[in-house]
Parts: sequence; structure tokens; C-alpha cells
Amino acid sequence: MTDVDTPPSTNPAAIDAVPLRHPWRWVAAVVIVALVVLFIYGAATNDAYRWPVFAEFLFNDRILTGVSITLQLTIYAMVLAIVLGVGLAVMRLSPNPVFKSVAWAYLWIFRGTPIYVQLAFWGLIPTIYKNISLGIPFGPTFYVIHLTDPNYFVLAMLGLALNEAAYMAEIIRAGISSVPEGQSEASMALGMSWGMTMRRTVLPQAMRVIIPPTGNEVISMLKTTSLVTAVPYSYDLYSIAMREIAAREFEPVALALVAVAWYLVLTSILMVGQFYLERYYSRGASRKLTTKQLEALAKAQMGEPHP
Amino acid sequence: MTPMVKAEQVCKSFGALQVLKGITLEVGTGQVLVMVGPSGSGKSTFLRCINHLEQVNAGRLYVDGDLIGYRDRGTKLHEMSPRDAAKQRRDIGMVFQHFNLFPHRTALENIIEAPLHVKRVKKDDAVARGKDLLDQVGLAEKANAYPAQLSGGQQQRVAIARALAMNPKLMLFDEPTSALDPELVGEVLAVMKKLALEGMTMVVVTHEMGFAREVANELVFMDGGVVVESGPPREVLANPQHERTKAFLSKVL
Repeated sequence: MTDVDTPPSTNPAAIDAVPLRHPWRWVAAVVIVALVVLFIYGAATNDAYRWPVFAEFLFNDRILTGVSITLQLTIYAMVLAIVLGVGLAVMRLSPNPVFKSVAWAYLWIFRGTPIYVQLAFWGLIPTIYKNISLGIPFGPTFYVIHLTDPNYFVLAMLGLALNEAAYMAEIIRAGISSVPEGQSEASMALGMSWGMTMRRTVLPQAMRVIIPPTGNEVISMLKTTSLVTAVPYSYDLYSIAMREIAAREFEPVALALVAVAWYLVLTSILMVGQFYLERYYSRGASRKLTTKQLEALAKAQMGEPHP
Repeated sequence: MTPMVKAEQVCKSFGALQVLKGITLEVGTGQVLVMVGPSGSGKSTFLRCINHLEQVNAGRLYVDGDLIGYRDRGTKLHEMSPRDAAKQRRDIGMVFQHFNLFPHRTALENIIEAPLHVKRVKKDDAVARGKDLLDQVGLAEKANAYPAQLSGGQQQRVAIARALAMNPKLMLFDEPTSALDPELVGEVLAVMKKLALEGMTMVVVTHEMGFAREVANELVFMDGGVVVESGPPREVLANPQHERTKAFLSKVL
């Protein structure tokens, strides 16, 4: 018979069980590692990869220019796309039927045609419009943009941004719709205006839904810049590596690898940025206590004064 | 003296559905009005009309002498701009059934949000007042907790403090305890009772008859968009005159 009155004097010993074995996991892992090692060995010893050429051109000035132009195209196009996207998303959610249908038509056109064709069209703009006058119709003109000698960087950037804006609008609209109605009601009941409700209550919560797909879009944009050759614009990373240097040196394999290496470096940097942004906007989303809160609680438990 | 809330034949329809069919009542300053009735009777809609979350279709609704939602320009009423409506709401606190705290802000940040950005109070003053309010609702140690880390009762008490931070002259409670576990209802009602004793004017939609009996000055029973019966809560609850009131009370008491 057990004595229920005496409590155990110490905690029971922690369980020290023999772990379950997984032999087939090991076999599969060994096979995969062997295949990877074989591939790396093959690639390293295969002269066709032209590793010395790869090393020679990895930090080539022209290549670095291409990297910088690609980054600039990505950033400018994305920023413009996000600004336009917010506008389009708000228009689509507006009760005004004119706003709604204009935003819908924009999405219909820019999502419904291939980006490559759109970029080619941007290159054709100078043949359609010789110059653009800003002013009052049938009245005075204030400013004229001449398109006889167009800036193809700007055209490429606009082409990328206007296409991307259609996708960003849908992402932002989904984010805004994901915030419960009670949130804007509570804000309005506190006397906030529509703009303040959007800025302080709705958008910060929508960000949790908006950021992951936007991260995808940034990475996708980085790679889509390689299509600006359709404009034709030829100073981005892909054009410089493949169409300029590879064609001149007859080294397509090595220069394709140079381009691949740089695209991977850039996407890796963007992924790190996305990680931190996601963490920032997930504040309050989980019941889990933050490290700071845990420390404060531990201190309180130890009987120390609360900070 | 002007009553704090004055409703004259207030009507509200959603499309073809008429939810309020002429509500007339008054709430004096410092008084507590409790509204009861079956769901769908229009209690919450009436409450939402008081701070213009819903627009009244007919009749007039005044808070502290101000017509809600419209400007009266002699012969015609003009719809109020969102800016002016926001201004009117500043003085009317509202507590919701599902709390509607801002999940991305801590308890204290929730409370100081509107004073800081709507009233443009200095940050130090807003924080001091926010901490004081948290203390009043018994949550001083939860200032830095996010809503998701609080129980339902604690969240609702923060929501009450958030509404009080704007120093409202009127507080509206829309079924403040209906979403709570039974053992958490008491803590919220205690805060509301304290508020009533301090002289706050309150309109409360609730199913807590004990609270109505103890705290309310007047009880209104609504059904089908009309006020069926009203009077001092003890009388109405003990001796309802109307068949519909009797039927309802026999189910909830």
C-alpha cells in the first residue's frame, strides 16, 4: 500500500529512454550527400565550367555596374509599384463606381498581358508619342517632355513598376480586407478620421499579411529586371553578363555562372531584410511572451522589484 | 437642464429592413440606462446610432444638446462631414462586445493612442493618465502586455480604460460581458459599477439583470424595434406590465 500522506521529498528522475532508431533516414541521407559530393567534384574538375574565367569576371567593373543597375531598377520599380498599388487598392475598395472600375480596368490590362510584351511597348512609346506636353487642354502649355532621345532606364523602370503595381494592388487589398471591421469601428469611436484609422490601425495590421507576398514580389522583380532587354535596355546584370561580355569573350557558361552568383547574393540580402520586417510587424500577434517580458516576469518571481 | 441623450422617434432601416421604429427616450446627466431585449430587437443598433456608427433615417437624436450626424440649417438637415462626425465621437466612449483592442499595441499603447493622436495631448501626460486608468481598472501591472496575452475580462477592462482616456461625457456599452467566460463577468461589471457610482452617464446594452437591478436608474425593454416598456429596474423586473416583457424575463431570470 502506498502512503498518500507523505509528499515525495524530491522530484522524480528525468526519463532516460533509448531513442527510437531510424536506419532508413540515415541511408537516404548518405545517398543524397554522396550525390551532392559527386556533382560538386564533377563541376570542380570539369573544364567546361571555365572556373578561371568565372573568377576573372566575378568582380569585373562592368559586372559590378550591372549589379548596381539591376538593384536600382528593382528598388525604384518596387517603390513606385507599392505607392501605385496602395492607390489602386484604396480605389478598388472605394464605394465610388468610377474609382472601382478604373482600378479594375488597370488590373485587367496590366495583369492580362505578358511583362515582356509590355516592356517592348514601353520601348515603342517614342515612336507613338513624339513629345508630351503638360498644361491645360486647348490652353497654355507649362512643360514639354521630348521623347526623340528617350531615357531607356526610365522607360524600363516605368514598365516594370506599372506592371508590378497591378500585383501589389491585389496584395495590399487582401491585407486591408484581412483586418476585422471592429478595428476601424473602434478607431472611429475614439474620434479618429478615416486617414488616421488607415495609417495607425488598419495598415500596420495589414502589414502582417502584406509583407510575405511583397517579399516574394521584390525577389521576383529582381529577376524580372533581366527582361528589360525587351525595351531595349542593356545595362542590367543579365544583359551585361550574357549579351555583352559572354558574346565578346565566347564564354557563355562562365558568365552565366557569374550572373547566377550575383543574383543569389542579392536575393539572399533581400531575404534577410524580409525576415526582420516580418518580425517587426508580428508584434502582438502571438500569446508567446517576448524575451523582455519573460525577463521581467522572472525577476518578479525572484522577488526583485519591477523595473 | 438638457438631458445627456435625447432620442425623438429615432428610426433606422437597413435597406428594406426596418430595425428601429421610432425610439423616444431620455438619459439625464449622471444617469445609467440599461437596455434589454431579445437579440434582433434593435438595442445595439440604437446604441451605435448614438455615436453615429449608424446613420439615423428619421427622427432626431441629441447628445448633450447636439444633433448627432446632421447639421440643422433651418429648413433642411445636411449630412455631417466625416471630420465633424469624428469630432462628435471624441466625447462619447464606446465599449464593444468583442473588445476590439488594437492587437499590435500594448495595453498602455491602446489607451494613450487616441489622446496622443486625436487630442494631441503631451506624451508624458497621456502616459501618466493611461497608467492611472490601468490602475483604476486593476491592471497596473499589465501595461506592457499585448491584448493576446490578456484574458477576456482583462481585455475588456483595458477597453473601458481606453474609452475613458478621452474623458467622455457619455459611455456606451454594447453587451460588454457577452463574450466573456462566466467567472470573468464579475470583474468587468465591478469596473462598470464603480464608474456609475462616480457619476458617469452610461447607456448599457446587457443581459446581466443583476447589474441592471443594482446599478441602473432606468431599464428599457425593447422588442421588434420599439420600446415595449420602461421604468425603474426593480419595478420592471419584479412586476412587468407587458406580455412580451414577461415572456422575455421569464426566460432570462
